Amino acid sequence: MRAYLLRRLWQSAVTLVGVSILVFVILRVIPGDPAKMLLPEGAPPSAVEALNRHLGLREPLWVQYAIFLRSVVRGDFGQSFQYRSPALRVVVERVPATIQLTLAAMALTVLAGVPLGIVAAVRQRSAWDYASTVVAVLGQSLPNFWLGIMLVLLFGVTLRWLPTSGFGGWLSLVLPSVTLAAFPTALVARLTRSSLLEILGQEYIRTGRAKGLGEPRVVLRHALRNAMIPLLTVLGLQIGTLLGGAVITESIFAWPGMGKLVVDAIFFRDFPVVQTILILSATIFVVINLVVDLLYTVLDPRIRYG
Amino acid sequence: MTRLARHPMILLGGLILAVVVIASAAAPWLTSADPLKPSFARRLTPPQGLGGAAHPLGTDNLGRDILARVLHGGRLSLVLAASAVALAAGVGVLVGLAAGLIGGRLDDLVMRLADVQLAFPVIMLAIAIVAVVGTSATALVGVLALSGWVLYARTVRAAVLTIRETDYVEAARTLGAGNVRLIARHILPNTLAPILVLASSQFATMVLLESGLSFLGLGLQPPQPSWGLMLAEGRDYLSNAWWLATVPGLAISLVVLGANLLGDGLRDLLDPRLRQ
Repeated sequence: MRAYLLRRLWQSAVTLVGVSILVFVILRVIPGDPAKMLLPEGAPPSAVEALNRHLGLREPLWVQYAIFLRSVVRGDFGQSFQYRSPALRVVVERVPATIQLTLAAMALTVLAGVPLGIVAAVRQRSAWDYASTVVAVLGQSLPNFWLGIMLVLLFGVTLRWLPTSGFGGWLSLVLPSVTLAAFPTALVARLTRSSLLEILGQEYIRTGRAKGLGEPRVVLRHALRNAMIPLLTVLGLQIGTLLGGAVITESIFAWPGMGKLVVDAIFFRDFPVVQTILILSATIFVVINLVVDLLYTVLDPRIRYG
Repeated sequence: MTRLARHPMILLGGLILAVVVIASAAAPWLTSADPLKPSFARRLTPPQGLGGAAHPLGTDNLGRDILARVLHGGRLSLVLAASAVALAAGVGVLVGLAAGLIGGRLDDLVMRLADVQLAFPVIMLAIAIVAVVGTSATALVGVLALSGWVLYARTVRAAVLTIRETDYVEAARTLGAGNVRLIARHILPNTLAPILVLASSQFATMVLLESGLSFLGLGLQPPQPSWGLMLAEGRDYLSNAWWLATVPGLAISLVVLGANLLGDGLRDLLDPRLRQ
């Protein structure tokens, strides 16, 4: 167990170093001169050159990477070109909005996806099953940027029940989180169904029924618990999808989170902010995966890694 | 054929995709309207039957025929997605074969690289790369393929590792079969089924990703009739011309639905472990 833990920690560390190299390489190859965008129109070339030097953009690449890595480890991601304050602070200010949106979507995913899957599995080949399958297939096929716009059209523009965009109050959270949750909900519903169906065919479930346990108890206490284990991995992986989905969802709803920030930062060529967001989201993803893997061994005692 | 008939999802998905592909390919014959030419006198004409005339699906904010734009946009989206899938599968299969057969350091390197790449949300990585290489169609295919090769590489590598140890490969090797022959005759055919399943599901992902990037302004550029771009343009006219955003979204959903159904159906058909 300890050896496994150490190996996973080592792997995660190697992945994170790879992440930093990749981010650095991608962003240093970007054409376009950030200094030109920072200075007023028509600034003399000497001023542009001086600013580029000041920003460290004239050093050799490996020197830039060494400087970059040293600062990243210290939590210094450079100054945002656009906001002229530390990039990390600019990004961290936007984190709560993204967490709020992601958590709301995650809650919706579990609250809607799991029951849908249970109903479909317990009433296999019934109208419920087919209805749940249709919902799941549609949820996986509707592009979230279109779903978001259609929800705005229906609930914001036509019915005027909910705000069409912006941040503030619980009502403004409804449309973005539904938009973001549609895809993972569909996935979770299908996975719950197939995982539960597999377990309901097992011997110990038959034993449970044979000794006179009620069906709800068999399904919810005995089957669902075990069906949840593979679901956990998928939910962990979905955090990455949700962070990515937030890019588009936040852009549609003008939600002031990291996703909207990264799109704005790309258009402004604000490297420090872009690299902070890329590294931050990759780190979150790697850490969550590590935690999920370790939880796995706790939840399923049969899994023992040497 | 009887096996196919027992998998209605394959038929339905294939049918949906076929209709969209044929309609897009036949765009110049299905409509005589120009997808690019603006006509300010005809701005925001509603679809035929809803008060509009001469334009079956209405016109957009510049008076361009939406039917023509959706059909011609389909050509772009489908070709881009198909090229991306082909490129991703080609690179992924080669890398997977190399990693599985050569093993050692190369294998380690490839798998770590895959880990690193999978740590990023696909769309964020794509956004960052598009910002570097620009928004040409070639760049877009490259970015999409880059986001997709890992799946194939991992699948093929795993398959190679299993197949390599089987008795029939051992037998073929004993009889003097070289590496190339082993790969071509024994290993590749056995990885074909999962690759096919991956490719058809991934086609859906690629269409979504391409239109998502175009929607954000990081994919195809105006005035090209890209579905994602049309959606983005239609957003500003939701309150007075709902059809602008509705029509291209329906087109995207239809393609994605078709490809998903096909992929799921193929998986049920080809993967005996998942068959009920």
